[in-house]
Amino acid sequence: MNEPLQELRLEAITKRFPGVLACDRVSLEVRRGEVLALVGENGAGKSTLMNILAGLYQPDEGRILVNGEPVHFRSPSDAYDRGIGMVHQNFMLVPNMTVAENVALGLKSLHRGLRLDIKEARRRVREVASHHELPVNPEARVWQLSVGEQQRVELVKTLCLGARLLILDEPTSALTPQETDDLLDRLKRMMAELSIIFISHKLNEVKALSDRVTILRHGKVVFNGSTANHSTAELAALMTGREVVLPRNEGSGATGRPILAVEGLRVRGDRGHLALDGLDLEVRAGEILGLAGVSGNGQRELADALAGLRPVESGTIRLDGEDIAGSSPRSIIDRGMGYIPEDRHHEGIVSAFSVRENLVLKDFATGRFSRGGLLRLGDIQGNADELRERFDIRCSSTAVAAGTLSGGNIQKVILARELIRGPKALVAVYPTRGVDMGAEEFIHNQLLALRRDSVGILLVSEELEEIMNLSDRIAVIYKGRILAVVPSRQATREKLGLLMAGVVHE
Amino acid sequence: MSAGRMAYDILSLGVPFSVALLLAALGEMFNQRAGVFNLGCEGIMSMGAFLGFLPAFLARSGALGPWADVLGFGLAAGSGVLLGLLFAVVTVTFRAPQGIAGIGLQMLGCGVAGTLFRHFIGGVTGVEGVAAWPIPLLSRIPVLGGILFNHNPVVYLAYLAVPASWYLLYRTPWGLRVRAVGTHPRAADTMGINVNRVRYQALMLGGAMGGMGGAYLSLCQAKMFADDLVAGRGFIAVALVYFGRWSPWGIAGGALLFSLAQSLQLSIQVGGIKFPYEFAVMLPYALVILVLALTRARTLGPTALGKAFDREMRV
Amino acid sequence: MSRRYRLIYSAGVIALAAAAAASTAALVLWAIGASPWATFGVILTGPLRDVFGLTEILVRAVPLILVALGVAISFRSGILNIGAEGQILIGILCATGTALGLSQLPRAVLLPLCLAAGAAGGALWGGIAGVLRARLDVNEILSTVMLNYIAAQLYTFTLRGPMIDPAELMTGSGTPQSMRLTRAVWLDRLIPGTRLHSGLVIALVLAVLVWVLLWRTTLGYRMRAAGAGSTAARYAGIHVERALVVAMLLGGGFAGLAGAIEVLGVHHRAIEAISSGYGFAAIVVALFGGLHPLGIVPSAVFFGLLLVGADMTQRSNGVPANMILVFQGAIILAIVSAKMYLNNPYARQRAAKLLGKLLPSRAGSSAEEAGP
Repeated sequence: MNEPLQELRLEAITKRFPGVLACDRVSLEVRRGEVLALVGENGAGKSTLMNILAGLYQPDEGRILVNGEPVHFRSPSDAYDRGIGMVHQNFMLVPNMTVAENVALGLKSLHRGLRLDIKEARRRVREVASHHELPVNPEARVWQLSVGEQQRVELVKTLCLGARLLILDEPTSALTPQETDDLLDRLKRMMAELSIIFISHKLNEVKALSDRVTILRHGKVVFNGSTANHSTAELAALMTGREVVLPRNEGSGATGRPILAVEGLRVRGDRGHLALDGLDLEVRAGEILGLAGVSGNGQRELADALAGLRPVESGTIRLDGEDIAGSSPRSIIDRGMGYIPEDRHHEGIVSAFSVRENLVLKDFATGRFSRGGLLRLGDIQGNADELRERFDIRCSSTAVAAGTLSGGNIQKVILARELIRGPKALVAVYPTRGVDMGAEEFIHNQLLALRRDSVGILLVSEELEEIMNLSDRIAVIYKGRILAVVPSRQATREKLGLLMAGVVHE
Repeated sequence: MSAGRMAYDILSLGVPFSVALLLAALGEMFNQRAGVFNLGCEGIMSMGAFLGFLPAFLARSGALGPWADVLGFGLAAGSGVLLGLLFAVVTVTFRAPQGIAGIGLQMLGCGVAGTLFRHFIGGVTGVEGVAAWPIPLLSRIPVLGGILFNHNPVVYLAYLAVPASWYLLYRTPWGLRVRAVGTHPRAADTMGINVNRVRYQALMLGGAMGGMGGAYLSLCQAKMFADDLVAGRGFIAVALVYFGRWSPWGIAGGALLFSLAQSLQLSIQVGGIKFPYEFAVMLPYALVILVLALTRARTLGPTALGKAFDREMRV
Repeated sequence: MSRRYRLIYSAGVIALAAAAAASTAALVLWAIGASPWATFGVILTGPLRDVFGLTEILVRAVPLILVALGVAISFRSGILNIGAEGQILIGILCATGTALGLSQLPRAVLLPLCLAAGAAGGALWGGIAGVLRARLDVNEILSTVMLNYIAAQLYTFTLRGPMIDPAELMTGSGTPQSMRLTRAVWLDRLIPGTRLHSGLVIALVLAVLVWVLLWRTTLGYRMRAAGAGSTAARYAGIHVERALVVAMLLGGGFAGLAGAIEVLGVHHRAIEAISSGYGFAAIVVALFGGLHPLGIVPSAVFFGLLLVGADMTQRSNGVPANMILVFQGAIILAIVSAKMYLNNPYARQRAAKLLGKLLPSRAGSSAEEAGP
């Protein structure tokens, strides 16, 4: 067993990636039994810093001191040897292996000899699980577990591997409000034995759980202090460096005609199960309908079906009256459906194509940009120049590969492309995920502008705040069905949280 | 020739014909389970076939006896390890695309084998090869005895390699690491497993087995070496891994299936049936395409297959 | 990385790759007792000694250009066509069959018809793999390689059987080759006394057309998008499967055309070892040429040089013809490795760090400058 961690210090840590300075002389410290919150916008460098601490990245400069002793982590094993373990935002579990096998991967003592002592791994799991009250079944296969259960497995795993300092990267991003409260309680109980650093951009959680908070902006530490002495608003201002008030939807709720009407939709997921089981949904012209729900309840499959990328077993999807269920993506696009996909790098743009080529990705074959099968390069360039100006797309020229742009700018390219087509309806899937606040503000403003232009918008997001801010009505999806549709004014975090967990109040 | 006799011939040839494929495919299984597909298998088999053949050829006078064959297999395995290592450097360390790199390795391996053969040996010469070791009691069983128990020792070893591979993959710590690295390398990385090292190891093991598969072809099956001896078996071995669903048992079944197609071709010619020689030769290759078309193995395979792992790459 | 360092870095990577390939070949040459320097010398300079040698280089370059153009189209569309060998053979069969069967037709009709038949045959053969990939997700590397073996058997069968020269049967020598094709379909010789034929013109014209196709047409845009980002292309309404099939049809078609031109321009009959590895060599040519017509033409000329040179060393130095495979394999491995270091920013950064450790002066720190 490790000696308990008395003190951990990071001194002047610097890390560079191609084209970006992720961490700029960052220093922080954590003491035994303390909870430190590491806060900052997307892209501020929080995950990178913690990955360095966990032994995944090597810092370019700076050093790490454990109990006063400088250490050098060449790999996560070294970090675990010193009692530092990390639970990543995207779970690091091999899906088709059991929990015990996953833990066994990291237990070095089991790797000597010819035979794998899986029984010992199971025993260890049960021991740690019961000690920390984290119920986990060592024999379960990971892909069968829910998101909350997988997170418990991750916690047990890190503890089994000897962690005395837990690093949690955005632990509540995929949880319902109730699961979040549950997790925070568990963590509070664990504080007696462990130190915790958790990364978050949700300031209410920061206030609830942490003793101290360090704020990063653009890779630099801008604040380091005790949580209790500062309000959420102050912290938010420090996080972004200015007063950012995200735009709100002040509208009175739309009364336009239904522009996108889904009825009785049944769609199969990748594993063959019924991901959408009779889903009914209606988006009116000039309204933003927010779709709230824990990821994995059918949002992906719904978005795919709306874009024509997934076969529809039964049901209808009416775009401005016409049934498009099962139509090809091309015809759906031509009929006026806009789409901002989840994975901007692989689904939204062709990374290797230039910015100007990407801006015509959906329209290159129309009369505007081609004639007789030949591309009209002059018009394509003109289009690119105009959109770059209008949407403030930061790039050295429109000829550079789109994949080299920052996340926010890529999203602007995608947005620009969709918006100038004048869609009737727009499906936006996690549009501000991983994007800094400046770009988030811009995107929100664009969505609200579209709304004023009578476009019907389906906003799929995991950020309740974003949904509550922007939507006219909020629909909650649970296990492939819409559980309820609530006017935004009547929606509260608690109410939505219950619905997201499947609890329906009568 | 009676139908029964022909069936017996086809089946009894099926087992020994399957060994080269089986060994190479088992080796490739380890590669693919670790996330790398090595199309250079064909080149590795060529080199293995040549180097396996060389000591037996040089010691034609019988000076070394059976040790010439053992040396041959050893050299073949060694060259397989080296070629596997080269492939690992290119695809794991340099992270080059695996498909084209594999074709490059194939050209290199076949080219070197052919060049050395032309220079040192010149023409097609036969060797005595490895004799059969009939298993004492079992080979006397009527029909089955001839089909299963009357073969050279390498056949028995190759089939023992099937359960041994299963054990290695599912019951040892190394096998656990290989499976993790091929399915979710990032997760393995966070638990302190050196993804690249495991891939190197898998590629070297795969190369060794491929080399031995090649040596079997020249020493035990054809008992000679020629430029076109391997004739695409290396590629068929890669396809077999998909077909066998990355499991040793499935691969063994697949290898038998393909070798039956080959022994069918031989029996057709020997049996004097009027069937164009070239079309019979086409059979195994067409069978591969058919089999690939009918297997939808995508969802069951190692999910990280074909993708290079780069820790620094931001997700 | 600043401009100047980029250039030095790129040059360094390319030099290292070339050295690695050359060393590998040298190692093999040393093993068979041939002097690497002498061999490289003959290969690189031998063919340049006289006009005939120079034209021979171009004769080899013609099929290489054509097939490599097809390879470039398919690779850029995201489908790895390794089946050029087989597609060439099927193209030869179709062209020869047409020439033999319709030999009464006038040249103005017969010649283009034969060329078209060759292209169509190759396109069909490539199309099989394309459809298998598009509809059934069959790995195209495996299917095209299998189709190569099948095509080889078909070719031998046809040449020994239906298409064999009746003269061979009479004299009993049984060499598998077709009858000599009527003069009507022979491609014109560009320089009398050499084998250089008008196929060169066709190849160069097609190179320009391919450039136009890929970068100036909507079809080309579709195919490049399918290759560079198939998921995003799908989301944008592009029919990726259709693009893949078209790419294989074109790739096969170019290979089939190359085969037809070889028969009509050089040999004037279908013979056994006619393709002599052009299908595989063209892949190397295409990669070496950066999958771009502008690079493919000089690359094909260079490989033409290597092929003629290798032939010469076989005769003069006793270096076996298989060495050419060794060269090609080593070059492919070198190219794909080098490409990763040239294009991948992460690899560049790693190399820069390594440089920084080896040369602690300004070379390291400037190279590490953050900058796209």
